Amino acid sequence: MSLALHLPALQVVIPLISAPLAVLVRRGGWAFLIVTAASWAALAAAIALWLATADGATISYALGNWPPPWGIEYRVDRLSSFVLLLVSATAAIVLPYARASIEREIPHAQHYLFYAMFALCLTGLLGIAITGDAFNAFVFLEISSLSGYVLIALGRDRRALVAAYQYLIMGSIGATFFVIGVGLLYLMTGTLNLADMAERIGAIRESRSVLAALAFLTVGISLKLALFPLHQWLPNAYTYAPSVVTAFLAATATKVSIYLLIRFYYSVFGESFVFQKLPLPEIMLVMSIAAMFVASLVAAFQNDLKRLLAYSSVSQIGYITLGLSYDTVNGLTASLVHMFNHAVTKGGLFLFVGCAVAVAGGSSLARLSGLARVMPLTSFGIVLGGLSLIGVPGTCGFIGKWYLILAALEKGQWGLAMAVVTSSLLAVAYVWRFVETAYFREPHASLAGRKEAPPALLAPALLLAGAMLYFGLETSVSLGSAAGAAVMLMAVGK
Amino acid sequence: MRHDLVLRVIAKLMMPFTLLFALYVQFHGDFGPGGGFQAGVIAAAMVILYALIYGLDQARKALPDWLVETMLAGGVLLYAGVGMAGLMLGGNFLDYFVLHADPVQGQHRGIFWVEAGVAVTVSGVMLKIFYMFAGRGRDPE
Repeated sequence: MSLALHLPALQVVIPLISAPLAVLVRRGGWAFLIVTAASWAALAAAIALWLATADGATISYALGNWPPPWGIEYRVDRLSSFVLLLVSATAAIVLPYARASIEREIPHAQHYLFYAMFALCLTGLLGIAITGDAFNAFVFLEISSLSGYVLIALGRDRRALVAAYQYLIMGSIGATFFVIGVGLLYLMTGTLNLADMAERIGAIRESRSVLAALAFLTVGISLKLALFPLHQWLPNAYTYAPSVVTAFLAATATKVSIYLLIRFYYSVFGESFVFQKLPLPEIMLVMSIAAMFVASLVAAFQNDLKRLLAYSSVSQIGYITLGLSYDTVNGLTASLVHMFNHAVTKGGLFLFVGCAVAVAGGSSLARLSGLARVMPLTSFGIVLGGLSLIGVPGTCGFIGKWYLILAALEKGQWGLAMAVVTSSLLAVAYVWRFVETAYFREPHASLAGRKEAPPALLAPALLLAGAMLYFGLETSVSLGSAAGAAVMLMAVGK
Repeated sequence: MRHDLVLRVIAKLMMPFTLLFALYVQFHGDFGPGGGFQAGVIAAAMVILYALIYGLDQARKALPDWLVETMLAGGVLLYAGVGMAGLMLGGNFLDYFVLHADPVQGQHRGIFWVEAGVAVTVSGVMLKIFYMFAGRGRDPE
């Protein structure tokens, strides 16, 4: 047997198997080793798949040897391999951090269950990105969401339970809408295979049922990706979840949902239908602009650093959907590259905030005052992440915004280019709130005599800080993949 | 319910038949309604009946927590193991055709073990949920 042939299956199966193994060993330490090893194996598989699809090839894998469209097909192209790389790399970096982090935040007896849930969440997210089957995507969406709710509920603050419950309700509505959409499509086309569905939908896509399916899918997935008015679950979930869970979910969960939306728009319904016949770009444009401004403004008035960054996530998702609404190669490239870079930035930021929480005992800005004197590296990391959120050249946040402006100018939309710049100024406002408290205030009483976070916490965070700079200067991996995927999507999506 | 003799005797009488019915549903799943999920629920219902009549502690003595957790993980592993077996024998993941020289027999064999995995996990999960609800207020949080 040749391993390389089975990479698409192993990509999902290895994390999946690590979850029950983590439950079986019943010890936090062993569970940590198993799940971390699995996440690194998944990263290796993702890198191999990314290399294999770099020239534009598409890999198809028939589960159970039932050929598509009858059986479930795993399908890897440039877009999905890019998302697989993002998700598995985040997991591989975040897991070593998890050990020292949950030591402080989660009771010992629950550690092995935490790792099992993490492995399941990873399985679900990877599965959504790799599957070529609409119903299979729903199943993986539920796997990742249900384990995500549990992970959030593990937060030590009692409000974590309420936050998880709120997310559960909103997420379940989203999943229900998604499955209604898939059901309608199945009814109209008689197939669940995405590629097959795309072929059969051509003649009937003006029909009311297909339009309804598109509407249900859009709203359902938008709930999951926290598009502006549907983002209510996100701030609480990110604020009260354990630090490592916030970092992982912020970097991956919403990004995979964006992937799913793009997949349905371009690979199933077709670009010309969704973006040219329907008023969808206009709707998405309004939502995105609203997200960019309103969420940034709200972020500037938060008193808790995690909450502030959560609202900033909502506004950054606005940039991603803004690029989507342009419906040009450059716009789509901007979306995809910002999706990647924002994941790097927010993942790193939340890891640094986790370091601060571990030392200061909380994430309210009042507690973090004077942080820079006690924890210079952590504060520097948070500022660096903040610069990337603003989009300062040299950090990875700049690349996405640059392409957004380019794409706007290409369409002759000066106003939109200005909107991107102006909303970035709002980002300056909320980043400044942290700078002011950390650098210009006397240290809070609880910081007295404290030192920088232990290396086990700091190293993964610094690694992501390095990545923020690296992807800001060397863009062949991020921008190359995004541009390749965008060209491919625009070509097949007609 | 220490003194309800009728309940205690009837429950004890019912239990082997419940388990037999679970096994029937499990193995007849190939040809009629049923399968691992339903069988797992029925088997778990037997233990839950036992716990209702004889008390949670007795049930936990018979089926301790660690065993229940092993069941819910073991079933998934069994399922995934069948998938990996297909991969090892030269097919794709979850390929049942290669599990036997005769592909039709291979399909039978594959679905048999997969359903066994489903049954074990489902009854494990049912019991875990029951134990957690029933143990609320007694177990340390």
